[in-house]
Formats: sequence, C-alpha cells, structure tokens
Amino acid sequence: MNWQAVRTIFRHEMARFWRTPWESLASPVVSTVLYFVVFGAAIGGRIQDVEGVSYGAFIVPGLIMLTVLQQSLSNASFGIFFPKFAGTIYEILAAPVSFVEVVMGYVGAAALKSVIIAAVIYLTALFFVDLPIAHPLWAAAFLILTAFGFSLMGFLMGIWAKDWQQLQFVPLMVITPLVFLGGAFYSASMLPPFWEAVAHLNPVLYLVSGFRWAFFGQADVPVAASLAALAIFLGLGLAAAWAIFRTGWRLRA
Amino acid sequence: MLPIIEVRDLSKTYASGVQALAGVTFGIREGEILALLGPNGAGKTTFISILCGLVTPSGGRALVGGHDIVRDYRAARALIGLVPQEIAVEPFERVMDTLRFSRGLFGRRPDDVHLERVLRSLALWDKRDARLNELSGGMKRRVLIGKALSHGPRILFLDEPTAGVDVTLRREMWAVVRELRASGVTIILTTHYLEEAEEMADRIGIIDRGRLLLLEDTPKLMREFGRKRLTVELAEPLAALPAGLAQDGLALSPDGGHVSYDYDTRADRSGIARLLAGFAAAGIAVRDLETEQSSLEEVFLRLVEEAR
Repeated sequence: MNWQAVRTIFRHEMARFWRTPWESLASPVVSTVLYFVVFGAAIGGRIQDVEGVSYGAFIVPGLIMLTVLQQSLSNASFGIFFPKFAGTIYEILAAPVSFVEVVMGYVGAAALKSVIIAAVIYLTALFFVDLPIAHPLWAAAFLILTAFGFSLMGFLMGIWAKDWQQLQFVPLMVITPLVFLGGAFYSASMLPPFWEAVAHLNPVLYLVSGFRWAFFGQADVPVAASLAALAIFLGLGLAAAWAIFRTGWRLRA
Repeated sequence: MLPIIEVRDLSKTYASGVQALAGVTFGIREGEILALLGPNGAGKTTFISILCGLVTPSGGRALVGGHDIVRDYRAARALIGLVPQEIAVEPFERVMDTLRFSRGLFGRRPDDVHLERVLRSLALWDKRDARLNELSGGMKRRVLIGKALSHGPRILFLDEPTAGVDVTLRREMWAVVRELRASGVTIILTTHYLEEAEEMADRIGIIDRGRLLLLEDTPKLMREFGRKRLTVELAEPLAALPAGLAQDGLALSPDGGHVSYDYDTRADRSGIARLLAGFAAAGIAVRDLETEQSSLEEVFLRLVEEAR
C-alpha cells in the first residue's frame, strides 16, 4: 500500500476545500437558513406536528441528507474530473499508485467534506429548533456511510463525465428529484396510498427514513430496509469502482 | 552493461483501430541521452505513455530497471519521471506545493531540502510561492520538469521538451538536461528539432509508423548515414566540365568558379581521389577544397522515405 500517496491526495483535496471556505461552508449554511425560513417559518407554521415532531425539526434530517448527497456527488466528481479536464491526471496515472489508493484519497476527502458540512447544518439548525438525537451512533453511521457511498458514486461520475454538462447532469436531474420525492420534507405516510407505494420505489427514501429514525425514533420504512438500501448503494459503487479498476475505463487508453 | 529499459515486441493498437506501435524491440542504456525522432503520429508519445503507465500495451513486454511495467508497475514507475508534451498544471496551486504533491504521489516522504535543490537547478526557487497561473509558459514547463524530478527518478522522459519554446529557453533546457545526465539520470526525449537530437543525444532512434527504423550512436549515425559534399574552388573559371570528368553528383556552379561533388560516406570508394586525378589530367588548377557534412535532417528524411 502506498499510504503516502493516499495521504497526499487526501490532503490535496482537503486543501481545496479550505482554500475557498466561503463556497465550501457558507453556501450550505445559507441555503439551510433559506429552507428554514421558507419551509420552517412560512409554511411550517401552518403544518401540524408530523408524527409528534415539530415540522421545523422534522425536515432537518432530510435537509442534511439532501446536502450530503449533493455535496458528496459534486465534490468527488469535481475532484477527479478537474485533473482530467486540466490534463494533470497524467501524474496520477504515471505514479506508483493503485486505483484503490486513488479512490481512497479522493473519496475519503469528499466524504469528510460532506460530514463536516452536515455537522455545520446541524449546528445551524440548533439555532432554529430543538433537535435531540435519539440514536447518535446510528445517526453518525448513516451519515458517514451515505457520504462514502455517494462520494464513491460521484467519483465514478467524474470518471464517466466527458464535459461539464455531463458532470452537472446526475446531481441536478437525478438526485435532486429523488431527494425531494424521497420524503426529505414530508413523511411518505402523508401521501395518498398510490403515491406512497411509488415513493417506496425511490432508493433515497430509505436513506432519509433511516437517518430520520436515528433522530426521532420513527421511520417510514423499517430500519433494516434502510440499512439494506445503504448496503446496496455502497455495493454498487464498489462494484463499479472494481470494474473500472480492472479495465482502466476512461482513464487509460 | 545491462539496459535500464528493455522493450520486446511492444505494440499498441488503440480502440479506434489505429496501430500506433507495431512491435518495437530495443534497449536503453543507463545514463545515456536517447533522442526519439519521428514525424507526427509516428508512435513516439505512445511509446513513452506505455512505459510511464498512461497507456496499456496491446502486446509485448517492457522492463524498467528489470521490473515488468504491467505486473510490477509500482517498482517500475517509481524509477521514472515524466514531463508530458502538453503543459498541464493546476492553475491555483503554488509551485512548491505542486512539487510536494508529485513527490507524495510517488510514496516518498516529504523532503523540502531535495525540492529546494530541484527548484534552484531550474531557476525557480524565487517562484516557489507563486501560483502556477502567474507563471510564463517557459516557467510552467520548468515546473513540470521539477515535478518529474521531485521523487528523484533514475529515468526521465521528456516528451518534446522544447516544442514552442524560444531559442534562449531551449538552450537553458539543454543545459538542464545535460546537468541531469551528469548526475547519472537516463534521459529519453522526443523531439521534432533534429538539431536538438544531434546536439544533445548520445544515441538517436528514428521511429516511423510505429516501427523503429534505426537506433545508432549519434556521431556514428552522422558518419555512416551522412552524405558529404566536396566543394572545389577552381583557379580559373570553366565554361563546362570536361566530358571525361562528368559523373553522378558532380556539378559546376553557374559562374564556373566552383565544382561541387556529392558523395556517400557509406560507399567503398568516395571517388574523390579519382576526381582530383581527373582534374590534374585535364590541367585544371585547384585553389581550395572544402567538405560539408549533411545535416541530420537530410538523413532523417531519407531514411523515412526509404522505409515507405
């Protein structure tokens, strides 16, 4: 194992994060505050408690998940896409590193960034609502594993993408709708039966539900199903990474 | 001496069907400067890219320092530094940081003393805190050399190091390369400038259409493949060459004052002695003689044309 290289890539990526603290941290905080103003204060005031939790608090886990999913995808995909775009990828390909080490460096950094942002959103939310966490360890586990899973997917997207449009496509066109329809801002049980059944086909619902369960002890789907969904996301990501590792797809001619 | 790089029947056919290398076999000696010459698309960059790990070979083998570049890629790549043809840098990165990054990728512990030495030798030390997008093109190219040297490689690949570089900078670059060779680094460079190969290289390899046409010591190449031109200055101008003297390669200048004679240094007999004897017999007085060696450029064009 070339741990020095893993450390080097990891630090390089984290340096990029701290070099632009405003974009990295302030923008998720600002958008969280906006969500609170719009959903929590303006709309939430007219909505009754959801399953015994105030609406303002209820949306926080979903809000964190939305941000973690988006940030993981965009950070990890940008991290590997930019060297491809700038041409500096040659250095990684010519270095005595394995694909696994490259993945660990990039994905590890992207996941950590997402976890930091999640913590910042949680702390911001504490200014607005009471937010005890029923199962802190489970909350951390859901958060970290989701960050890893989606960072891994983001990394693969960054390898797949041939231009900036493709890079934007999945976060905008796939993830945002899935999160909004995945019960980030409501409980699936609030939907009519038909749409509730449709919502259960949405993989993101399981992640949001599991994470919310860790906060409030209540879930749309059994926690075991959430864990299974998480395992499937991680498994798919790892399998795709392995396939790329074997074939050098889109990296080595 | 064992070659530091050994390639056997190395070939590459891209997914598009283009065959960039069609089975190349040769060895590169430790400590030499080898120049690879060839027209655009000859396979030079593909060759370098395979050895450095950017491109997967379709066939054949390559050993770097005795390590197979596919099976034992870590050990092989650890010996190599690569300076790519295109200038590619991360624009907002600082010079020293980008060298630290390169060194780290190669698994080497941080060593700012070594990096300082590298930057000083490239006249970049006072730019160590500059962002890369603030540097001129020539400086960026030197930064790329610095990155390639950051882990102390034994072999350095320079893919067209002086393409689009002005004359002064080119001279500077040559000086850097010579210094590196003096420190024992093996250097493989590709170039379009034949003058550069002639000036710098211990050996020259000529590649065309994915094949190695020739690999020879530079002076020997010049000697063996070079045509020479003998120019004879006459004491009195001639109206025409005497019929008895006329032969291939012999021409009279328009003013009649000089006779030029092109000959092949590879031929058993150059024909010079016979020519001069002929002059004497015809009563033509000779004032001066001058010989001129053809440039590598002519050698190169001739070889490539002969192979086609």
